Amino acid sequence: MTQALESLTHPQTQTRTPETAATFTGLRCKECGAEYEAKALHVCELCFGPLEVMYDYSTLSQVVTRKRIEAGPKSIWRYRPFLPVTSDTPIDVGTGMTPLLKANRLARRLGIKNLYIKNDAVNMPTLSFKDRVVSVALTRAQELGFTTVSCASTGNLANSTAAIAAHAGLDCCVFIPADLEAGKVLGTLIYSPTVMAVQGNYDQVNRLCSEVANTHGWGFVNINLRPYYSEGSKTLGFEVAEQLGWQLPDHIVAPLASGSLFGKIYKGFNEFVKVGLVEEKAVRFSGAQAEGCSPIAQAFEEGRDFVTPVKPNTIAKSIAIGNPADGVYALDIARKTNGNIEAVNDTEIVEGIKLLAETEGIFTETAGGTTIAVLKKLVEAGKIDPDETTVAYITGNGLKTQEAVQGVIGEPLTIDPKLDSFERALDRARTLERLDWQQTLV
Amino acid sequence: MAIKVLVPTPLQKFTKDQAVIECEGTTIDDLLTGLETQFPGIKARLCDDEGKLRRFINFYVNSEDIRFLEGQDTKLKEGDEVSIVPAVAGG
Repeated sequence: MTQALESLTHPQTQTRTPETAATFTGLRCKECGAEYEAKALHVCELCFGPLEVMYDYSTLSQVVTRKRIEAGPKSIWRYRPFLPVTSDTPIDVGTGMTPLLKANRLARRLGIKNLYIKNDAVNMPTLSFKDRVVSVALTRAQELGFTTVSCASTGNLANSTAAIAAHAGLDCCVFIPADLEAGKVLGTLIYSPTVMAVQGNYDQVNRLCSEVANTHGWGFVNINLRPYYSEGSKTLGFEVAEQLGWQLPDHIVAPLASGSLFGKIYKGFNEFVKVGLVEEKAVRFSGAQAEGCSPIAQAFEEGRDFVTPVKPNTIAKSIAIGNPADGVYALDIARKTNGNIEAVNDTEIVEGIKLLAETEGIFTETAGGTTIAVLKKLVEAGKIDPDETTVAYITGNGLKTQEAVQGVIGEPLTIDPKLDSFERALDRARTLERLDWQQTLV
Repeated sequence: MAIKVLVPTPLQKFTKDQAVIECEGTTIDDLLTGLETQFPGIKARLCDDEGKLRRFINFYVNSEDIRFLEGQDTKLKEGDEVSIVPAVAGG
């Protein structure tokens, strides 16, 4: 039964400036359209479809201007009217406004002309795009009265939830697969949350967390706070549009895990068009998966409109979701925008990490390696026009997944503190392949 | 035979707010029929008009997704635990 919407009330609503007025009106099922109040709900009671935040776009178009956004904070909160919070003081830990780098050297290497890297490897505070979604989710969690927050994570989300919860003074309990990379475990423990390392893969962690969410009354950012959480990813669309001089790119390439990020970049571009901030343009959306966990790429290749779950087996753990909740939506977006979804193997992923590092000075994690490897594959297959303005989304930092490249990038040249030792080593470095160094006594 | 079923929050209004119930069934399909008998109206939330599980619902038998087993024909035995879990965003 569709519930009547209650107006969103807030003690300070009456005195708010246009920039801080609540612009969202509730939640709506993406499948059947049933509407709900803006509470901690994530699935439709009628059909179990995912719930999405609804906005009042006529109010939004009156509130937002390019000038107001440009005068806003250098964080995701410059787009606050497009985000589902009511607080005048959202949790701002400097998240967002990461560099959009013109990647000339990588573009030349690949044989295209107008390539940009959206570099969330340096997003704050925990070096992945997850800080965007968590900033929004924890702000909303506080508004809804939660004092304990939680998540099911492949690593980056755990880092971010623990860090931002620490900043906000919220109790935190995160769940991760037990076999995560050491950097991601350490990068969570340091913030002193309770960390549950589950003996199972991410999909099993997810299932457990759904069961915990049913019984413990915690705010799980990607479960019962999911409609709010996922909206944070729209800022990856907003920022690219603003950083390109208030215009949309021709083509984007992004990693696909659950498929949520892909859909929110798409929604972000569309919202900017809807309120008149940018001109309408056909943007092609291409997605990147690892072969060892490529349920969406497989469905795309086989022309299916449903996604069959798989059991992940890849080094790209941050995108190893075998049962992607938003996979069908990602498929739809790639198809209707004339994009593609491709998968690459673990060797190609490592090569992608190295290629981005060598050409652009960006050290990304395995998800970014997947994106770059798929970008390369698409160019080689003629699926990216060399003249297209293409944006590749790099969503995480390589320092967290050092295991992925250990043993394949060589070792330092160990020398004596003597000039002749240095000269001999330099000669070796110039004449040998880098990977031969470690087998060579200098 | 008694099967333990973990019920997600959106369905607990059918189960009088119980998160864990017991139900009879020899297969998932059979269990769905049993659930409907015990809690009228619940099956229509879980299945479409043709009786197929909705696409955003996941069923697990002893932690294994039934899509890796025999789907709705997956056999159940005394003491099995069935978990009903809505789809979740990425992490």
